[in-house]
Amino acid sequence: MSAKEFMKWSSELFDEVVRASGVKRAVDKLTLPIWSWALRNSLFPLHFGIACCALEMAAASAARFDAERFGFVFRSSPRQCDVLLVNGWVTTKLRPDLRRLYEQMPEPKWVVAMGECAISGGPWYDSYNVVQGLDTFIPVDIYIPGCPPRPEAMLDGFMKLQDKIRAEMKGTFLED
Amino acid sequence: MAEMWINMGPQHPMTHGLWNLRVKVEGETILDAEPVIGYLHRGWEKLTEYRTYPQIIPLSDRLCYGSSMTWSHLYCLTIEDLMGIEVPERAEYIRVVVLELQRIASHLMWIAAYGTDLGLLTAFVYCMRERELFLDLLQSVTGARMTYNYPRIGGVRNDLPPDFERDCLRALDYFEKKIDEYEEIFDGSEIFLMRTRGIGILKPADGMNLGVTGATLRGSGVKIDLRKHDPYSVYDELDWEICTHPDCDCYARYRVRMDEMRMSCQIVREALKKMPAGPIRVKAPRNAPKKTAYARVEDPRGEGLMYVIGNGTDKPYRLKVRSPIFVTVSAVPIMLRGYKVADVPSIMGSVDMCLGETDR
Repeated sequence: MSAKEFMKWSSELFDEVVRASGVKRAVDKLTLPIWSWALRNSLFPLHFGIACCALEMAAASAARFDAERFGFVFRSSPRQCDVLLVNGWVTTKLRPDLRRLYEQMPEPKWVVAMGECAISGGPWYDSYNVVQGLDTFIPVDIYIPGCPPRPEAMLDGFMKLQDKIRAEMKGTFLED
Repeated sequence: MAEMWINMGPQHPMTHGLWNLRVKVEGETILDAEPVIGYLHRGWEKLTEYRTYPQIIPLSDRLCYGSSMTWSHLYCLTIEDLMGIEVPERAEYIRVVVLELQRIASHLMWIAAYGTDLGLLTAFVYCMRERELFLDLLQSVTGARMTYNYPRIGGVRNDLPPDFERDCLRALDYFEKKIDEYEEIFDGSEIFLMRTRGIGILKPADGMNLGVTGATLRGSGVKIDLRKHDPYSVYDELDWEICTHPDCDCYARYRVRMDEMRMSCQIVREALKKMPAGPIRVKAPRNAPKKTAYARVEDPRGEGLMYVIGNGTDKPYRLKVRSPIFVTVSAVPIMLRGYKVADVPSIMGSVDMCLGETDR
């Protein structure tokens, strides 16, 4: 038996024993609130400015509104993020890139549609180049209405997302 | 070393807005660059053909969200020219006040983003703090933080609120002290000076040949400002100077914008002092005559121009927008050639990109 085979055999054995004995269920149940607490209090939205709402996103993370006190720190790489904040109209040229950004983000992940344009096309309802709503190609968790929403509204939307994560109780100690 | 093309964008912390910069590099040196825009194109000019004249005002707010007021003002100027409307003097003064407040807010947004690009996060927090002051002032006038929908064809929507002059002067007094603070942060930072001095040279002749306007051209030492050379509103009745800097580099563009903020404070003070009483709006006709008209203004980013063709109905036949950044972005290869990849954020940040008006 090679080292690689031994690792595979031992981890499978361990996994089977933990599952069969009910230890996995107990550990999952015990650690679930901790996972949920950690997930909702360290939301890292993607730093991706599209249009008008991007300035309100910047204002929300700046001095007066200070989003960091709620645990939202903007990161520039989709690999480090768990919230895709779409703040502007989605054009047909941007659509594949946005889809790819969403797919590059690791699970668990959430999507926030900020502003009328991302929700439903907004003032560009009859435009030939604007996708009428982000939810036509990405599942959306939270909608923040406004054109553009005030920073307070954006913070409120993120707190709604925290409530949603609390209610979802996602996260397990051992992968299924 | 092998040459290759690198994509910087569309999702990249360097891009303010949404665009893609393709850079041809050999090692660390930039040989060529090619901006790719169009990620925000929503057919603005086509959409205006289906909307009545007053309905286009909120749309023109969303042309450039960094300085909404100048674009809706420019639209109203164009239509006033088309319909032949004389705007009351008080409305012109109110427009000058809100335009200059908007210019300060736009420059503050730029300098906040520029500070973040070059590793001065303190500057971001400080500048956004003072930007809120001006957003509060504009909110007390218009009711919105960013997209105001305030100018009207033939005047402005509403008069200044009571005590506006007091609040405005108080904010300006406070802000003028803060500009000195920013200068200490920026000019006292060795890193900032290293990353901006002698970087991104745009010679005056190149700038003029490529149609670059605004603070970018004034940073190359060319003394041009449409508020002086083609005065609109009441800029010719006010006493102010054009700010230029002869260095042609990123630092010169930063200096020009800092000086412009001071100059804007001066213009607001004078306009508030000279503001006459009287009506703020005249009634505009519903339909425009069959003719063409154009107007141009000094946007915080450069020269904005709108050209309209009326056809006797209540909708424009064609509305063309000349965006300053669409032209400036074509000068990017000249500014970038010969510098290092690490200089891209400082050069591209210094032209103050706004993609909403570029892609339209």
